[in-house]
Amino acid sequence: MHVPDWIVILIKSAILLLVVVTTFAYAMLAERKVLGWMQLRPGPNRVGPWGLMQPAADAAKLILKEDLTPKTADPLIYRLAPFISLLTAFSVYAIIPFGADSSGAWAIGNVNAGILLLMAITSIGVYGISLGGWASGSKYPLLGSVRATAQMISYELGMSLSFIGVLILAGTTSLDGIVNAQAHQWFIIPQILGFLIYIITAVAETNRVPFDLVEAETELVAGFHTEYSGLRFGLFFIAEYVNMLTVSCIATLLFLGGWNAPFGLAIVPGVVWFIAKVSFFMFFYMWLRATLPRFRYDRLMAFGWKVLLPLATLNLVITAIIVALKG
Amino acid sequence: MLAFGILAVILLASAIWTVSAKKPVYSVVALLLHFAALAATYLMLNAEFLAVIQLIVYSGAILILFLFVIALLSSGVAPFSVGPNKMPKLAIPAVVLVLVALGAVTVGVAHLVVPVATSTGGSPVGPAGTADVFGSVGDFGKALFTTYLLPFEITALVLMVAVIGVILLAGDRSPYVPSQKQAREVRREMREAIVRGGDR
Repeated sequence: MHVPDWIVILIKSAILLLVVVTTFAYAMLAERKVLGWMQLRPGPNRVGPWGLMQPAADAAKLILKEDLTPKTADPLIYRLAPFISLLTAFSVYAIIPFGADSSGAWAIGNVNAGILLLMAITSIGVYGISLGGWASGSKYPLLGSVRATAQMISYELGMSLSFIGVLILAGTTSLDGIVNAQAHQWFIIPQILGFLIYIITAVAETNRVPFDLVEAETELVAGFHTEYSGLRFGLFFIAEYVNMLTVSCIATLLFLGGWNAPFGLAIVPGVVWFIAKVSFFMFFYMWLRATLPRFRYDRLMAFGWKVLLPLATLNLVITAIIVALKG
Repeated sequence: MLAFGILAVILLASAIWTVSAKKPVYSVVALLLHFAALAATYLMLNAEFLAVIQLIVYSGAILILFLFVIALLSSGVAPFSVGPNKMPKLAIPAVVLVLVALGAVTVGVAHLVVPVATSTGGSPVGPAGTADVFGSVGDFGKALFTTYLLPFEITALVLMVAVIGVILLAGDRSPYVPSQKQAREVRREMREAIVRGGDR
């Protein structure tokens, strides 16, 4: 029996959506647990065994909460903003491959300009935060959204430059091709500088500690989502965690060999390696949050423009020269 | 064809919304929608690279700066109640002329259809590792760095001039900061003054 393509894509998308949402729910629980352990407290442990039902309880709470819209808010854009965030956060999963077999990479769409399309979609994500903060019609969200815009544009430059070294080495822009090019050596070894720049800019792009100036609670109440409550706040929250997952996936694909097994341990399936590597990055995020204090805003901008951008350019030039000399 | 029709309607509607919106931020949102639809149109034409660049450069960088400025300047300001300016009489022949010129160009181009490689069959989702087809990243790069190298370099130079111009116009308005040496000098003089004052 032949199933039409669009039905296959629909089913794949539904499954992937379910996986990503579940991952989000348990990433949130894991973060609270890890933070708890690092601060010598048990973390959530009341709902279900080990607190495993906590995400369901949180979801129920967010759905039942009152959905407030401030009087000064712009109603249309205020309602639209969380959806822009969520839409862009989820749509990148259409092109991220998770593994491969003889018939090709496991992704919904295998695009030639994969990494570029990924950047294009994530660069739209900033609109959710900017518009949400502006439309709230109050000062702290506006400050948060202005910070978000400046910060995300600045760090996007360093981020894209740190990619290009990998693209030059792999000679392709398709995510599948980049992973295949790392079969013998992961790009983290020749591109260690690019990798470090990518990790730093990725944390800044997702507005996480120590670069969470966008929602700095000691200065801006809760930044761009101060006025949001209930499920609309929940959508921003989901988008933030899904973006964390996305940058972890990109780091794995670009620098840690994707689903390639290390040390020739090919007995374990590639997907398991992929999940393990992504989980490591997610843990790294939580580790940072428990360890580092927040940057000062002017230092954040100076660091992005005066340190990361020149270093990323240097990395690009050196990589290009080496590849050109090798022929 | 159906997809093109839908995209065309979205493109026209969002373009009209952009110029007719009373609030500037609505114009930005409409323009964002327009850029997204434009990128989708490029994809339908197999211009993969152009579609991606449209999103990265225009939506991701330029438009967000518009929003940045508008959000800062128009926050709390009531929307324009008067709407756009009245069109001056002279504009009517100008618009007619432009429409005629556009029509002429369109008809001219329609006669000059260049045969285009359609190996991806109009679908952006090609099998991994497809050879460089028209509009792909590899093809685009090759054209840019071989056939069109001089225009490319000249564009880069023009952009560089623009950047330098912006820096000059914005100017270095930082307050006067003395150098380390000057600061030491000042401190020494102050110390001496204090010492002299103590002697008296």
